[in-house]
Amino acid sequence: MNEWPLWEVFIRGQHGMSHRHVGSLHAPDAEMAVNAARDVYTRRNEGVSIWVVRAADITASAPGKKGPLFEPSNAKVYRHPTFFDIPDDVGAM
Amino acid sequence: MYTQDVRTDSKPVERRAAPTPEEQAFQARIDADIRVEPKDWMPEAYRKTLIRQISQHAHSEVVGQLPEGNWITRAPTLERKAILLAKVQDEAGHGLYLYCAAETLGITRDQMYEQLHSGKAKYSSIFNYPTLTWADIGAIGWLVDGAAIMNQVPLQRCSYGPYARAMVRICKEESFHQRQGYDIMMKLAQGSEAQKAMAQDALNRWWWPSLAMFGPPDAESVHSAQSMAWKVKLNSNDELRQKFVDQTVPQADYLGLSVPDPKCKLNEETGHYDFGELDWDEFYQVVRGNGPCNKERLAARVDAWEDGAWFRDGLMAYADKRSARSAAE
Repeated sequence: MNEWPLWEVFIRGQHGMSHRHVGSLHAPDAEMAVNAARDVYTRRNEGVSIWVVRAADITASAPGKKGPLFEPSNAKVYRHPTFFDIPDDVGAM
Repeated sequence: MYTQDVRTDSKPVERRAAPTPEEQAFQARIDADIRVEPKDWMPEAYRKTLIRQISQHAHSEVVGQLPEGNWITRAPTLERKAILLAKVQDEAGHGLYLYCAAETLGITRDQMYEQLHSGKAKYSSIFNYPTLTWADIGAIGWLVDGAAIMNQVPLQRCSYGPYARAMVRICKEESFHQRQGYDIMMKLAQGSEAQKAMAQDALNRWWWPSLAMFGPPDAESVHSAQSMAWKVKLNSNDELRQKFVDQTVPQADYLGLSVPDPKCKLNEETGHYDFGELDWDEFYQVVRGNGPCNKERLAARVDAWEDGAWFRDGLMAYADKRSARSAAE
């Protein structure tokens, strides 16, 4: 028997936040995936919008490439506002 | 509900004399409370242990629907029926969260089903007991879900990310299960003599199997050390069992019911309840498939799977046909 494909489920909560990954499920097609996601992931009013994406269509960064991918941002601490000392006399900034 | 950590293969995880640098780095990350994620390197034994533990946990949730489902059509009021339906639906959801978590470790859903249906995989022994009266639905929510919460709350901090996250969702919902059960017990305990007797009878039958849910005594739990080091098990069986007894006995007192154990009483010195010896022979009998309902439970799962095959295939064929059609357009 062929197994139903895997879908990743994203839900937008009540308060205007972005869609957030909540889990996955198996369904034969996108429409059924949305219906099943409603039952599996929103039984307690968790969301106002559902996205489903076939898991096979997602490209993920490799854990082994963490260094080359994320190191450059570690080296640029001046991107954070706390890098700069502003005298208290200047007031809130 | 939950998994009992009963090994189906008796071979213990082999410890090599000297861990490799990879294994050392892995353990260091776990010690630092850094979560392990699906694509990270992990020892093969860690992967296998988790697949077994999470899939057993998932099977328990799914099979756990059966004893309660027995009372959906016979719930005493429409409200109780709606509540029980919602509860049983949650159990299906919990099974699905957990199957998904296990799938991230490289096993497929169908493989897990096959292991359950062939009897290779186990599920919690508690679900092999029958639900004879409505009070059993109360006792299951109060005791069985109560014991499950005891086990699952610490697992929210376990080392494997997808399992820990599934556990967060499950714990949020599990509290409703326990409270609805206790609510049923309160109603019966405050009712007529016959109703109170029914509640006491349910407590008598479910008490010991609920204590057995925490698994064999620590002295016999040979695989615990490695699981503890990997943080896929965070408390010992006896520790959790004691915690459960301490929490539950006063709740029984409040109902005016008594646990079926003459040795159970508060030890003033330790501040904990002492309690009698469990019947481990019975426990192992049930685990080996000789409990009152093992055959019935498994047959119900196998029938549901086989009788649903034409429907699953039909939906897939329809989806394939539609995508072929839209590709042609």
